[in-house]
Amino acid sequence: MELNNGEYTKVVDALQSRFPKSINDVGAPYEMLTLSVENADIKSIIKYLSEEEMGFTYLTDVCGMHYESTDELGVVYHIQNLYTNTRIRLKTRFPKSKPETDTVCDIFKSANWQERETFDFYGIIFKGHPDLRRILNMDEMDYFPMRKEYPLEDGTRTDKNDSMFGR
Amino acid sequence: MGVNTKVNIVAAPEGHSDAGFFATSLDKAVGLARKNSIWPLPFATSCCGIEFMATMASNYDMARFGAERLSFSPRQADLLMVMGTISKKMGPIVKQVYLQMAEPRWVIAVGACASSGGIFDTYSVLQGIDKVVPVDVYVPGCPPRPEQIIDGLMRIQDLIGNESLRRRNSPEYKALLNSYGIK
Repeated sequence: MELNNGEYTKVVDALQSRFPKSINDVGAPYEMLTLSVENADIKSIIKYLSEEEMGFTYLTDVCGMHYESTDELGVVYHIQNLYTNTRIRLKTRFPKSKPETDTVCDIFKSANWQERETFDFYGIIFKGHPDLRRILNMDEMDYFPMRKEYPLEDGTRTDKNDSMFGR
Repeated sequence: MGVNTKVNIVAAPEGHSDAGFFATSLDKAVGLARKNSIWPLPFATSCCGIEFMATMASNYDMARFGAERLSFSPRQADLLMVMGTISKKMGPIVKQVYLQMAEPRWVIAVGACASSGGIFDTYSVLQGIDKVVPVDVYVPGCPPRPEQIIDGLMRIQDLIGNESLRRRNSPEYKALLNSYGIK
């Protein structure tokens, strides 16, 4: 890891000493510290980071991932320390057959809608979420459109005749 | 400063006239009145709606065609103008607005998205509003220029002016509504 950033070193050292078994990978794609962590510990790690000692008090983003090759789903959390202007990225993965992870709603209130969105598009179940239902797509939708097994294009399109495009 | 003498007034329909009387068919008289007093209901969701605003403003001035008064209540509207991308979640709302309109009612789909989904060939977008309501005129363009929207309105005027008074009671029209699940 090429990280000449005191804050990043501090975060990595603190997490590795406190959660030695749950940090799987440390990297810095696009110059942002990224930690892959065990799904079982994601909530306690975020809880620890959000407390006063570490100061990551702001949840910027929650989003989903789908790894088709390993049949895994995942969640990415972006959290930020507003005092030192440090941003880090936390990733966790779990098998698609059991797409469950803990909610962080009780740590960050703003996670409520972001987790609903992630559920809406990836079908990831956030255990303990107060109101986990679709937020953007229509309620009648019966699949999770951002999973890779579903086509992006709409099946009801009638004006796209392949012969007009030489296909 | 003088009085504008180049005012176009709608011509009388075909008919028979002589001293003191003028006779024409009721269809034509009603059609003439209807087509020159359309109350459009704008359902604008995106960039086509911006073009529509230009269409209504002084430069293009759709009021010249008798469509001065926009109706934001579907109950009083004659023409539903859908301008912009309609997501699947919004589809039932378009249909509800259509159902709230009183007969006779017309629908114009302005722009590629309202007509066919446009570039948004994706899971969340309705692939043309004719999936939920019957459409009378489609205006192509992405977005169409105000001239094109006015041309679409004039095509609607042609339809209104030539419509038989019995059309809305015809079995064909009922079958059309039935195909959309409208009674």
